[in-house]
Amino acid sequence: MRLKKSLLISAIALTGVLALSACTNSAAPEAEVTPEAEVSFDEGTTMAALNEAGTITIGTKFDQPLFGLAGPTGDPEGFDVEIGKLIAAKLGIAADKIEWVETQSKNREPYLQSGQVDLVIATYTINDARKEVVSFAGPYYEAGQDILVLAGNPDKIEGVEDLAGKNVCSVTGSTSEKNLVEAGATVLPAAGYSDCLEPLRSGAVVAVSTDNVILAGLADQNEGEFEVVNNPFTAEPYGIGLALEDDTFRAWINDTLTDSYDDGTWADAWEATAGKVLDLPDPPAVDNYTR
Amino acid sequence: MDAIIEYFPTFLQGFGRTLALLVLSGISALVLGVIVAAMRISPVASLRGFATVYTELVRNTPLTLILFFFCVLLPALGSPANYFGLAVFGLTVYTSPFFAEAIRSGINGVPIGQAEAARSIGLGFGQTLRLVVMPQALRMVVPPLINVFIALTKNTSVAGGFFVIEIFGSAGVVINERGDEVIAILLAVACFYLIITVPLGFIAGRIEKRVAILR
Amino acid sequence: MSSVLYDVPGPKARRLSRIVSIVGVIFILGLVALLISALAAPRVAVNGNVTPSLLDPSRWDIFSDVQLWIGLGKGIWNTLRMAIVAAVLALVIGVLFCFGRTSETPWVRVPTTVLLEFFRGIPVLLLMLFTLLVFGIGAYWAGVAGLAIYNGAIIGEALRAGIRSLPRGQRESGLAIGLTPVQTRLKIEFPQAFRQMLPIIIAQLVVLLKDTSLAYVISYPEVLRYVMTYLKNYYGSGYQFSLFAVVLAVYLAINLTLSWLARVVARRTAAGRKQKGRLETVGPVVPLYPDAGGSGSGGGAIL
Repeated sequence: MRLKKSLLISAIALTGVLALSACTNSAAPEAEVTPEAEVSFDEGTTMAALNEAGTITIGTKFDQPLFGLAGPTGDPEGFDVEIGKLIAAKLGIAADKIEWVETQSKNREPYLQSGQVDLVIATYTINDARKEVVSFAGPYYEAGQDILVLAGNPDKIEGVEDLAGKNVCSVTGSTSEKNLVEAGATVLPAAGYSDCLEPLRSGAVVAVSTDNVILAGLADQNEGEFEVVNNPFTAEPYGIGLALEDDTFRAWINDTLTDSYDDGTWADAWEATAGKVLDLPDPPAVDNYTR
Repeated sequence: MDAIIEYFPTFLQGFGRTLALLVLSGISALVLGVIVAAMRISPVASLRGFATVYTELVRNTPLTLILFFFCVLLPALGSPANYFGLAVFGLTVYTSPFFAEAIRSGINGVPIGQAEAARSIGLGFGQTLRLVVMPQALRMVVPPLINVFIALTKNTSVAGGFFVIEIFGSAGVVINERGDEVIAILLAVACFYLIITVPLGFIAGRIEKRVAILR
Repeated sequence: MSSVLYDVPGPKARRLSRIVSIVGVIFILGLVALLISALAAPRVAVNGNVTPSLLDPSRWDIFSDVQLWIGLGKGIWNTLRMAIVAAVLALVIGVLFCFGRTSETPWVRVPTTVLLEFFRGIPVLLLMLFTLLVFGIGAYWAGVAGLAIYNGAIIGEALRAGIRSLPRGQRESGLAIGLTPVQTRLKIEFPQAFRQMLPIIIAQLVVLLKDTSLAYVISYPEVLRYVMTYLKNYYGSGYQFSLFAVVLAVYLAINLTLSWLARVVARRTAAGRKQKGRLETVGPVVPLYPDAGGSGSGGGAIL
């Protein structure tokens, strides 16, 4: 009896220690970015103003694994966060001086319009309707809408055509949902992507569909339960949202992004975050569109 | 403005869902509330205890958690996944204690002579409640019952986070399409809610006058 | 325990009552056992994939992480912070609304009534979102404003009902000794109305605390959003049931304490004193209306 009890206690302690160490391992994956020491910008530009202020407010997602995920400490981590740190560094702002604000789909444009945030880097897909309200720098990553199914693919879903007439889960009001409706699927609307996993497990839906990086993050968190079909059927260019009229800032960010492609900092940012699950892709060419 | 006109069918669909949630949950919650109120004052001690525990537990839990229990936990444990029905269930359970409390206060307000007279002609507990006390109690608390109903209307917006697209959820859909007219869309949704709640407030007074018991 | 509604139970009634109690208890225990066995069974997904049951330790191992508990404490503090400030503001706004609504001058009374009906008619979710997007004051203040305005409107109506239930003599004597109408209201009517409606007001404040959970829509990291969104997404959706149990316990603890406090206060104030001729004698006497037959839209704690 005593042996059993001490075995049980040490088992629990061991689990606790393992859990703790697992947690500390997953805390704060970061690429090292040091802020530029001496930078000067032209008078009157947003870059100069931000450099002066020494701080920048960036809106990002707090609930997307791999891209923008806030843990118990409350600070977000992910690829979007690393891109934000990259840009801030080039502005001469240290990573801990960035103020992170959570942006959800409903408030990305209002926040930019009212100036509550300076940039939005939040798996923000560039499209023409949004270009009327905000400006986009980048894209800095090209995702594609894909499909997540149960491991073993019991319903044999190979592509979006197989979803016609079936129940699929996606997030209310997202671009993914719209694409699914157009493809003829019956959409079960959820509040967040991870809410879609329970209906998938219980069979209420046959698949979950959104951008492939989000799906990869979900599959990774729940080892072995799900798989990504890996047949993207749309192109979702992620851009950096900023105020509509600020063309100088946009051009500067585009230049910064192109530089980061060349000098490897973009790849470092990827490897430190999303690269743990996904392979390193080729960076997309930035789009310097005229308004 | 044009965003609202363009997406009016979406709004109407959401509004229809809201109405459906409201009517179904409201009637079920009222029935459940009457039952719980009767249990609270019944002679059987265990029924009293159960009703009290139920009321305290449910009143002190946020609606989001109750809906989580019904819409996420129950399907995971194997119940059929009709999300609309589960949301109605959750809203019913959440609203019933408030109805029960309102009805109980109505029972408090019925003059004791009524119950004494009922007992003195030989009616039992159930009969007294059914024939004498409850009809009067319900008539006396019409405004608070309508208030609970109005609150239920607004609580349906929380169901939007649990796989049911009612009008608040529809607003999210339209905002994602037309991020430039967020304010107009929210005002339009507010108007939809006011279409339900303001007339309810008016007819509360009317109904009360109609069914009032003159003493 | 006697009541007007039923006689003191005789032997047959007692036996029936006991049988019903036993059957009821067995039924409830059966339901609980069913629930526990369902929870303890391993989860089988549609494709046959088996994951540990919900009561399995592997679903609860994240709670050994100190960071989680620190974060939970921060979330609770965020909730309380918003609730306390919103409660104080709601009381102030309630008094103002009540003033406006019962004013003699129509050009104050009518707009106040319109505003009151508007704010009572729209969901708190919408009010918070609207304040956030239109005024851009940040998530915390948008949430506080939404909660304060909505609950202020309800408290205002409760105060109005309280004032209406006061004997007319109070106001008349106030005016008779030379106080202005405003002073009469402030010094004589409001304190009495407040004391009489205190149970309702405190119950509404409990509702306010629960409604802080609605601040998820403006991304405020109160405890519900913190646990059910951030932590769930961080640790994986497999933990969502354990997290749900924890946050449910937190809310029940806080709210039950507040409700108990409300009952203690109700018992000590005038409204709690037992009134004559009450039908039911069981349970604490929490009258929702001092004048149960009265009309008017002042109401009990509204969700």
